[in-house]
Amino acid sequence: MIFRLEYFYVVLGLMLAMVAAMALRDRHNPRRHSSALFWGLYAAIYLAGDYLPPVAAGCIMVAMALIAGFGGVTLGRYGDRTAEERRGSAQRLGHKLLLPALLIPFVTMIGSTLLKDVKWDGLFLLDQKNITLSALGCASIIAVAAACWLTRSTPMQAMRESRRLVDHLSWSVTLPHMLAVLGLLFTEAGMGKAVAHVVTSYVNMDSRLVAVIVYCVGLALFTIVMGNGFAAFPVMAGGVGIPVLVGVYHANPAVMAAIGMFSAYCGTLMTPMAANFNIVPAALLELPDKNAVIKAQIGTALPLLAANIVFLYFFMFSPIAVK
Amino acid sequence: MQAAVNLWPLLGVAVIVAGFALRAHPVLVVIAACAVTGLAAAMPVGHILASLGAAFVKTRNLPMILLLPLAAIGLLERFGLREHAQASIARIRSATSGRLLVAYLAIRELAAAFGLTSIGGHPNMVRPLVAPMAEGAAENRYPALPEALRHRIRAMSAATDNVGLFFGEDVFVAFGAIVLMQTILRGEGLEVNPLHMALWGIPTAVTAFLIHSWRLLRMDRQIARAMAEGRA
Repeated sequence: MIFRLEYFYVVLGLMLAMVAAMALRDRHNPRRHSSALFWGLYAAIYLAGDYLPPVAAGCIMVAMALIAGFGGVTLGRYGDRTAEERRGSAQRLGHKLLLPALLIPFVTMIGSTLLKDVKWDGLFLLDQKNITLSALGCASIIAVAAACWLTRSTPMQAMRESRRLVDHLSWSVTLPHMLAVLGLLFTEAGMGKAVAHVVTSYVNMDSRLVAVIVYCVGLALFTIVMGNGFAAFPVMAGGVGIPVLVGVYHANPAVMAAIGMFSAYCGTLMTPMAANFNIVPAALLELPDKNAVIKAQIGTALPLLAANIVFLYFFMFSPIAVK
Repeated sequence: MQAAVNLWPLLGVAVIVAGFALRAHPVLVVIAACAVTGLAAAMPVGHILASLGAAFVKTRNLPMILLLPLAAIGLLERFGLREHAQASIARIRSATSGRLLVAYLAIRELAAAFGLTSIGGHPNMVRPLVAPMAEGAAENRYPALPEALRHRIRAMSAATDNVGLFFGEDVFVAFGAIVLMQTILRGEGLEVNPLHMALWGIPTAVTAFLIHSWRLLRMDRQIARAMAEGRA
C-alpha cells in the first residue's frame, strides 16, 4: 500500500505533538503544563502506539482521563482575527473559500469509490483495510495545501488553527475513543451474555406484540448503554430476535434484522455514550449545553422507535422468501 | 448452563447510568466504569490496564475522521468561511432554517443510501457550512435572534446530519451494518440476502425523513412565534 493508515497516525501524532508544544509555550493558558502533558500523552499513543507495552498504553489512557477529569485541559490564546477582518476576506475570496472545504468530502468519495482498486507499481494506492480513512487522510492533506495556497498562508498557520479547534474541543476529542475502549472491555467481560440472560429470564414473551416491543426497545436501550448499535445487535438478535421472533413466531429474518438495527439507531440518537455523534458536535458548535444535540434528537428518535415496532409487527411475515 | 453467566459486569452499566445521572465528568465516568467492569469480571489490575491499553491503541483510528480535517477547516474559518456561508444564504429570500435543513437532510440521507457517507459530517460540513447557513437564514429574517434560539438551530443542524446518516446508510447494501447482520445471522444458521435487509430498511428510512422534516418545519413556526411575541 502506498498510503498506509499508519502514515496518517504519524501525521496526527505530529499534529498533536505540535498542539502540546504550543500549549506549553502559551503563557495565557492557566494550566499550560497539564494541558501540554495531556496532548503530549495523546501524541505518544499515535506516534509510539505500536511499540508501547499494552500496560503502558493503559496507564497513559488512565493518566489522560485523570488530567481531563480534574480540569487540567484549558484554553490558551490563539491570535484570532476580528469578525470585521474575517468578513473582509470572505468578501474578497467569495465562493473560492468553499473549494478546499468541499475537497475533503469530494476527494474522500473519489478515493473510496473510484480509486479503491487502483494499483501503482504493483502496490495498492490506498490501505485496503481502511479505504475510507486513508482516502480521508489524503483528502485532508490536499485540502490543507489548497487552503494555504488560496489564503496565502503558511502551513504553520494551518497548525495554529488546528490547535485552536482542538483546544476548543478539548477532552471531548478523546471521549469517543475511550468509550470504544469501554465497549471492548464490556465484550471481554461478557456483558452481552449477562444482558441477554436478564432480558430472557425476567420478561414473559408469550404474546407477539410483547416480543416485538422487547426486541425493539431492548435494542434501543442496550444501544443507549453501550453507545453503539453494532454492540447491541448481536446480543438482542441472539437473545430475542432469533430464538423468539424467528424461532417461535416465524418472522422473516431480513425484516427482523433490518428493523432491529434501525431500532438500535434510535437509541444512538439518545445517548451521550455515542459521543462522536452527540457530544463532540455540541462542542464543535460551541453549545453551552453538552446534551443539546441529544435533546434535539429525542423528538425524532421516540416516534421513530414506535414506528419501528409497528413496522416489525405488521411486516414480519413478509412474503419475500428466505432460502 | 445458565448458572455460568456472570452478572457482575452489569455493575459497569450501573456506573455509567449513575455517572451521567449525577452529571459527573464523562471521562471520569468512563474510567470508573472500566475499573468496575474489569474488577467485577475478576480481572487483576495489571490485566485490566493491559486490556485498556491494547484497546486504546487498536481503536486510535476513531478520532482521525474528526481530527484530520481540522487544519484545513480552521484555516478557512480564519479567512471567513462561516461568514461567507451566512452571507450567501442571506441572498436567498425564501430560505428558512427549517427548509434549508430539510434540503440538507434529503441530500445527506440519499447520498448515504448510495454509500456516499463522506458527504457531510460534523467537523467538515456542519460546523463550517450547514450550521452557519441555518443560523444565517433565521438571522436574516429576525436580526435580533436570541442566543437560545441560535443554540437550538445549531443543535438541530447536528441532529439533521446524524438522522440523515444513520437512516440512509443502512439502506446501502455494502454498508458495514448489513455485513455485520449477515455474519451474525449466518453464525446462527440463517442465510439472509443482504438486498432484502436493505429493502426492509426503506419504510423506516422514509419515516425518519418525514418525522424529522416535520420537526424542522415546526421549528420554523416556533421561531416565528417566539419572535412575534418578543416584538409585541
